[in-house]
Amino acid sequence: MNRVEGRVKVTGLATYAAEYPVEAVAYAYPVQSLVAKGRIVRVHDAEAREMPGVLAVLSCEDPPRLAEDADAELALFQSRDVAYRGQIVAAVVAGTYENARAAAAAVRVEYDPDDHDVALRSDHPGFYRPDVVNPDYPSDTVKGDVEAGLAGAAASVDVTYSTPVLHNNPMEPHAAVAVWDPEGRLLVYDSTQGASPDRDTIAQTFGLPREDVRVVSRHVGGGFGAKGSTRPHAVLAALAARAAGRPVKIALTRQQMFDVTGYRTPTIQRLRLGADAGGRLTAVEHVAYEQSSTLVEFAEQTATPARVMYATPALRTAHRLVRLDVATPSWMRAPGECPGMYALESAMDELACALGMDPVELRVVNDADAEPEGGLPFSSRNLVMCLREGARRFGWRHRDPEPGVRREGEWLVGTGVAASTYPARRRPARAFAFVRDGDYVVQVAAADIGTGARTALVRIAADALGVPPDQVHVELGDSDLPEAPVAGGSMGTASWGSAVVRACEELKRGDGKEGRADTTDEVGNDARLARHAFGAQFAEVRVSSVTGEVRVPRLLGVFAAGRIVDPQLARSQFIGGMTMGLGMALMEETLTDEEFGGFLRRDLAQYHVPACADVPHVEAVWLDEQDGELNPMGSKGIGEIGIVGTAAAIGNAVHHATGHRVRDLPLTPVKILSRF
Amino acid sequence: MDITLKVNGTPHAVDVDPRMSLLDLLRERLGLIGAKKGCDHGQCGACTVLIDGRRANACLALAVAVDGSEVTTVEGLAKGDDLHPLQAAFIEHDAFQCGYCTPGQLCSAVAMLGEPGPSAVTDDLALDPELTPEEIRERMSGNLCRCGAYVNIVKAIAEAAP
Ligand code: FES
Ligand code: FES
Repeated sequence: MNRVEGRVKVTGLATYAAEYPVEAVAYAYPVQSLVAKGRIVRVHDAEAREMPGVLAVLSCEDPPRLAEDADAELALFQSRDVAYRGQIVAAVVAGTYENARAAAAAVRVEYDPDDHDVALRSDHPGFYRPDVVNPDYPSDTVKGDVEAGLAGAAASVDVTYSTPVLHNNPMEPHAAVAVWDPEGRLLVYDSTQGASPDRDTIAQTFGLPREDVRVVSRHVGGGFGAKGSTRPHAVLAALAARAAGRPVKIALTRQQMFDVTGYRTPTIQRLRLGADAGGRLTAVEHVAYEQSSTLVEFAEQTATPARVMYATPALRTAHRLVRLDVATPSWMRAPGECPGMYALESAMDELACALGMDPVELRVVNDADAEPEGGLPFSSRNLVMCLREGARRFGWRHRDPEPGVRREGEWLVGTGVAASTYPARRRPARAFAFVRDGDYVVQVAAADIGTGARTALVRIAADALGVPPDQVHVELGDSDLPEAPVAGGSMGTASWGSAVVRACEELKRGDGKEGRADTTDEVGNDARLARHAFGAQFAEVRVSSVTGEVRVPRLLGVFAAGRIVDPQLARSQFIGGMTMGLGMALMEETLTDEEFGGFLRRDLAQYHVPACADVPHVEAVWLDEQDGELNPMGSKGIGEIGIVGTAAAIGNAVHHATGHRVRDLPLTPVKILSRF
Repeated sequence: MDITLKVNGTPHAVDVDPRMSLLDLLRERLGLIGAKKGCDHGQCGACTVLIDGRRANACLALAVAVDGSEVTTVEGLAKGDDLHPLQAAFIEHDAFQCGYCTPGQLCSAVAMLGEPGPSAVTDDLALDPELTPEEIRERMSGNLCRCGAYVNIVKAIAEAAP
C-alpha cells in the first residue's frame, strides 16, 4: 500500500501552511535584533510607515495585547529587553511580500547593548543542576560506587566528546496564515506537528478560550521537532492580522529559521567507563554539559540513555546547564538519545579497543535484563539480536580489528558499529469513527509531517474494522477534530493509533455506525515497565588520506521496534533518520558568533545537510518483535531511533580506518587531516 | 511591469513588482503552489521548474526576466489523470516523506533525463554516460531532501528513466 496522499504530493496539490488560498491576505516580515543582549531604546519606524503598501508596524513601542502568562519566546513585543541576537523585535505588515520585506529593512532599532555571554565551555562558572531534564526525568542519578568500579577495572576510558549546535532544517520553512473572524475567533493555518497543542498554546498566548482558536495543518513539510511546539511566527501572524484588520501570511526565511525555531543544544559530555577483563562493565559515568537561554529552561536529557543501555553495578548520570544569551534550544530528532548515544557508543568503542575486544561482543556481554537504573523490567529488549543480525548481514566476522591498516590508493577503509535506543511511550488521545456513504471515516487531530501518519492510521483502522484499507478515510491535521497529542517523541502512531483502534472497536460493538474513544484511562493504567526500542547500526567508511574527506559507502541499521505497522513507511523513516545521522557525523554544524551573538552559517549553503551524492547505500531492516505491553498495535515508535547511533557508528569506523579518534562532531576534513 | 509568459501551456499577462521572483509570481499571484520555497537563495532546489525546457531555480529568476518564457511546474507534468512516469515511480518507491522537496525533485529529474554530456563522476568524457545510480546521485544533488528519501529517489528515477 502506497502513501494515501502520494498523488497530491507528486502533483503539487498538497497544501502546506503558506499555501491556503485566503482572500485579501497581507504579508508580515519580521525585524530581528542585532544585539545579543541589551535594551531597546527606540524603534524608529516613521520611514517604514511611509513606504508603499505598509499597513502596520509592530514593536514594543506600542505593545500589542497578549496574555501575561505567555511563554517568554512567544511574548512578542511585550518587553524592551533583548535576550538573544536574532530575536524578533519588530515586524512590518504590507499588502505584498516585496513591500513588507523592503519596509522591514527600513525599520531602525536603537539599542542600549550589554556585554553578552554566548559560548558553551566546560569551565563555565554558571553551570547548575536543573531540577529535571526533559520531559520529566531526574537530572542526576547514582547507583553503586563509580570510583570503586573504575579503580577495580581491568580497562577503563575517561573521555570527553562534544557536539555542536544543530538545526533541524525541515525543508518547509515555518509559515502561518492567520484569519480573525468578526466575532474575534482566530483561524491559523500553521506548520505544526500538533494541531491540538498548537491551538492550546496560541489560545493561551492570546488569552482566548480554546474554542475560539482553530489550527489547520493538513500537510507539513517536515519538522523533526522544530514544529513540535508553537513558534513565534504563528503568534506574529495573528498579531499582524489583528493590527492590519486583514488575514496575514508569514513565511520565515531559511535564515530566520535558524534564529527563532529552535535548535539542538551543543553538548560537552564526559564519559568514564570501566570493565573487567571479560569486558563486563564495572562502572559507567555520563555527565552532560549543555545550554539554555535566559528566557526558558530547556534541559536536554542527554545522559539518560546510559540509564537504559548496559548492565553495570555502578552508574552515575548527571546534567549541568548554563543559561546564556542565546535563543532557547528545542526539540530535534531524538533529543537526548541522539547526542547522548553518540558519546556513550563512541566511548564503548574506545573501551572495546582498550580491552582488545570485539565491539559487538562488548555490547552483547553487557546486555541488561532489567533497566540498569531503577531495575524496571523491559517489556521487550532485543538489542543482542539486532547486533547479531546486523553483524551477519554486514559481514562483520571477516573484520580485522586492527585500526589504520586497510588502504586502497589514497583511501583508508574501516567499519564501525553502535547501538541505538529510543523510548516507546504513548499519550492519551481521542478519535471518532463513523460511516459515511458506505465507507469508514476516522477523525483524529493527528499530524502527518512526512511520517506517513495518514497511511499508517488507515491501515490500523482497516485492521481494527476488518475491512480493506480503501474503504477507510482518515482525517487529521485540524484542531477541530478529536484532540490528539503532538507528533513527537516517537509516540504519534502509538497514541493516535490506540484511540483509533478503540473508536473502531466501539463502532463495531455498537450500532455499526459510529464509535468514539478517549484513551486517557487506558494509558493511565499502563503497567510500570521499561519500554524501549533498540537497534544496531553498522557503517563502512572511506577516508581520504589526501583531503581528509570521509565517504560512507554503506550504512546498515537493524531495529527491534515491536510490530511494524507498514513496512514501506517504516523503512523510509529508518533510512531518513540514518541519513540525518550521517549529516550529524560528517557535516552538520551551526557556529555561535561569539563576537556579536547569534549564529553563523544561517543557510543551506553553509549549514550542510546530506545531498543525494552523499548517500549511496542506506539499508534498514527489522526483527519481528512481539510485545503485548505497548498498545493495541504492538508497535514502538520509529521516527527517531534511526538517527540514534549513526554518528557513533561512523565515528567508530573512521577510527578503524585511520587509527585516529576525533571526539568532536562533525568529522570534517580539517579535523581528520590534522591527525595524520 | 507588464510581462507575459506561458505556465503549463496557459498564457498569462501580469503586472509584476520588479523585485518579485518567478517563484513568488507562481505561488502568490498565479495560485500555483507546486513549486516550493525552501531557501529562496538557490541552495535547496525545492523551487525547481522548467524554464523553456531547462531546469532552473525559480527563486533565483526575477519574474521580469522570464518575460516571454514557457514555464513548466510540477502541476504541468501529468497528462490529465495520467501521471508522468516519474510521478508514478516516486509514489511506487516511496521516494518522499513530507513531500516538500518532491515537486523540485520531479522537475529536476524530468529535465535531468534529457541532459546530455558528462558529469563530475563520468569516467569517459567522450561518451554520453550511462545513467548509473552514481550518475543519478551526482546529477540530482542540487535538490536537497531533509527527510532523507534519497535512496528511494534514486531507485524511482532509475526505474522511470527511458
Ligand atoms: S527555494 Fe529556490 S533553491 Fe531553495
Ligand atoms: S520528502 Fe521531505 S524533504 Fe524530501
